[in-house]
Amino acid sequence: MALLKSNKVISCLGNISPALGVLSSRNSSWWGGVQMGPPDPILGVSEAFKKDSNPKKMNLGVGAYRDDQGKPFVLSCVRKAEAIISAKQLDKEYLGIGGLAEFTKCCAQLALGNDNEVLKSGRSITVQTISGTGSLRIGGNFLSRFHAGPRDVYLPKPSWGNHTPIFRDAGMQLKAYRYYDPSTCGFDFKGALDDISKIPEQSVIMLHACAHNPTGVDPRPEQWKEISDLVKKRNLLVFFDMAYQGFASGDIDRDAWAVRYFIEQGHNILLSQSFAKNMGLYGERVGGFTVVCGDVDEAKRVESQLKILIRPIYSNPPMNGARIASTILSTPDLRSLWLEEVHGMANRIIKMREQLVAGLQKEGSTHNWQHVIDQIGMFCFTGLKPDQVERLTKEFSVYMTKDGRISMAGVTSGNVGYLAHGIHAVTK
Amino acid sequence: MSVFSEVPQAAPVAVFKLTQDFTNDQFPKKVNLGVGAYRTDDSKPWVLPVVKKVEKVIVHDDTLNHEYLPILGLPEFRSSASKIALGDDSPAIQENRVGAVQCLGGTGALKMGAEFLRRFYNGNNNTTTPVYVSAPTWENHNAVFANAGFEDVRPYKYWDAEKRGLDLAGFLGDLESCPAHSIFVLHACAHNPTGTDPTQEQWKQIAEVMMRRKLFVFFDSAYQGFASGNLEKDAWAIRYFVSLGFEMFCAQSFSKNFGLYNERVGNLTVVARDADNLKRIMSQMEKIVRTTWSNPPSQGARIVAITLNSPELFSEWKGNVKTMADRVLLMRAQLKAKLQALGTPGTWDHITEQIGMFSFTGLNPKQVEYMIKEKHIYLMASGRINMCGLTTKNIDYVAESIHEAVTQVQ
Repeated sequence: MALLKSNKVISCLGNISPALGVLSSRNSSWWGGVQMGPPDPILGVSEAFKKDSNPKKMNLGVGAYRDDQGKPFVLSCVRKAEAIISAKQLDKEYLGIGGLAEFTKCCAQLALGNDNEVLKSGRSITVQTISGTGSLRIGGNFLSRFHAGPRDVYLPKPSWGNHTPIFRDAGMQLKAYRYYDPSTCGFDFKGALDDISKIPEQSVIMLHACAHNPTGVDPRPEQWKEISDLVKKRNLLVFFDMAYQGFASGDIDRDAWAVRYFIEQGHNILLSQSFAKNMGLYGERVGGFTVVCGDVDEAKRVESQLKILIRPIYSNPPMNGARIASTILSTPDLRSLWLEEVHGMANRIIKMREQLVAGLQKEGSTHNWQHVIDQIGMFCFTGLKPDQVERLTKEFSVYMTKDGRISMAGVTSGNVGYLAHGIHAVTK
Repeated sequence: MSVFSEVPQAAPVAVFKLTQDFTNDQFPKKVNLGVGAYRTDDSKPWVLPVVKKVEKVIVHDDTLNHEYLPILGLPEFRSSASKIALGDDSPAIQENRVGAVQCLGGTGALKMGAEFLRRFYNGNNNTTTPVYVSAPTWENHNAVFANAGFEDVRPYKYWDAEKRGLDLAGFLGDLESCPAHSIFVLHACAHNPTGTDPTQEQWKQIAEVMMRRKLFVFFDSAYQGFASGNLEKDAWAIRYFVSLGFEMFCAQSFSKNFGLYNERVGNLTVVARDADNLKRIMSQMEKIVRTTWSNPPSQGARIVAITLNSPELFSEWKGNVKTMADRVLLMRAQLKAKLQALGTPGTWDHITEQIGMFSFTGLNPKQVEYMIKEKHIYLMASGRINMCGLTTKNIDYVAESIHEAVTQVQ
């Protein structure tokens, strides 16, 4: 506001003083008051990485899977599916607002299990969305418009950086519950239960289904059970974010266990799914948003309202990725191949975790690095402090986010030793 | 007790309901003149030959992957898409004051522009800034802006139902009397749903008032190339406004002119006063994109970028576009001729004077109902027909049906 006011003053002066000519041309723009937006912290890491000329540089910022050569990995099942689709010579007619029906069916089945009572009864609705972000946004918009409870969405502390602005822009407010314990680099179970027990009824609670981002710390099954009981007691609305099904443990059913358990326990959940990582379909923007309802009639009403929300944003979703995903999920040998490949990706990550810890021990580190192995999924909360991160970046050209998070996907057998060396150097 | 037990059933989106009803109809001679997608003379969707070619290239190119695009989209797509609208030699582009956001179709581009305007145009809260859309207009315009937080979306006079043409006086009157800083959504060409565009002289008058009264120009360009068959001609209004020095937005869709409907290929072209303003604008656009879809889908943008950046493919594309535009022109000519031959009451010149995919027939709601219920010819309640739904095989049936509707139903 101050900037706008001062612009008005300057525009008067601009007529008098030629020295202020530059400012007055900015004033003659509608956008003179628009501030430079802050750089995206994660992408900022990639930008800086690109500029670095150190041959040993490592990009452990953005969360996209890399193979052991550090290259992007296009799954074979994806290439095969693309060939099948290409041969069909399909048209490009608009999808319905809710997306490709074959996809939304497979998407829901993947998350809930084929035999889930919810799917059999038809009391849930799944719409195709623009990957996980789009799904969360539609969910947020839906809550904002229709949720009669408090405006607050409770996120675990910490959570994916984009959760907050997504829900805020959707019209919700953000609160947090304790989650990560920096002293153990593990789950603050007591803190979580304590905070959850105080959440006002009917508030929305966001849970990461598996492979928590950014910490990699997941509750154990018995902990999930207690959380479920407490959430039920508090009468909270559960919103699961599942961006890594299959990618966490390598087993799609195991990774969906919490989601299925909660549904079994009677929670009518909201669920966001992404196929960016587990199918490597990042740029195709493949995702789903599911609302588990009380009955079929409610599901139909909710579906109609989701369409009303989607239409003024992008009308209907993109076909390509959804077609690939549904082809894979519904073609038995492609599905088997996919399960193998997802298992492979998860295994490589697990191996890198083990090798990093072994490397640190070899370097002579006396710290406890067990959390690197205990954490799961693409990300690892190393426990590094900001100043240590800065040193790691400046002295070793290892790029990561300030919170100490590294993307294990950027670690290879070729560079894990170097990484161990660097981490040891800044932490000894 | 469900949290959502009070959620009411929403009415279906009319144009999609129409297609659904058409699909369910068993009548052998049924005709779908509803949704705006191109059809061949065999009433089939048409994947452009150049698109098929490029898709083959993409699927066989092992060097391509599915990695995330940048937040603002594929750079080669954004720059070539903006060039299509503004012209290769656009001074604004040369002056580095043109930016672009790859979006999900034309809808997505309108959405991004609307969200930006609501936050940053004329102060930092534009919820009460009036947004004017033509009367009538594409039915989703209203919802896009309302959903982006604009509380005051109003019509500007556009279609003169009596004379079946542009109500220029009314349009100019609204431009003169609207509140300062109002935002106007202008159809670059092939106005949807009326098919009635201002002439160049009329655009000049519109631009003069908008410049003088400092109104915001937001072009919606969904049919470039598709209207006249010529890309430059269809972009004349956009380029004229740019040449006058407007800061403006242009939402582009490649759904129709590339036939890439379901891949959601769109571009928001931003023309700013200078490079510094542009930089700040784009940084804020990124934030808006990030909370809506993070980054856009890659397939469709790749197809368009490859096509536009290769001289041969570009040429081939222009030919494909002309094929579509020419078939529409042929159907217009034939429909008019048949109605005149039948002696259907009224004048039918508007059918060939109007341009683009749609025609505002002038049929009233009762006549439309007759067409749908009795003749199984599906068109919008407004009387809008999609010329692409007409073929040499069904045009006689349609002409006769219109004749019946006009003579038997008042």
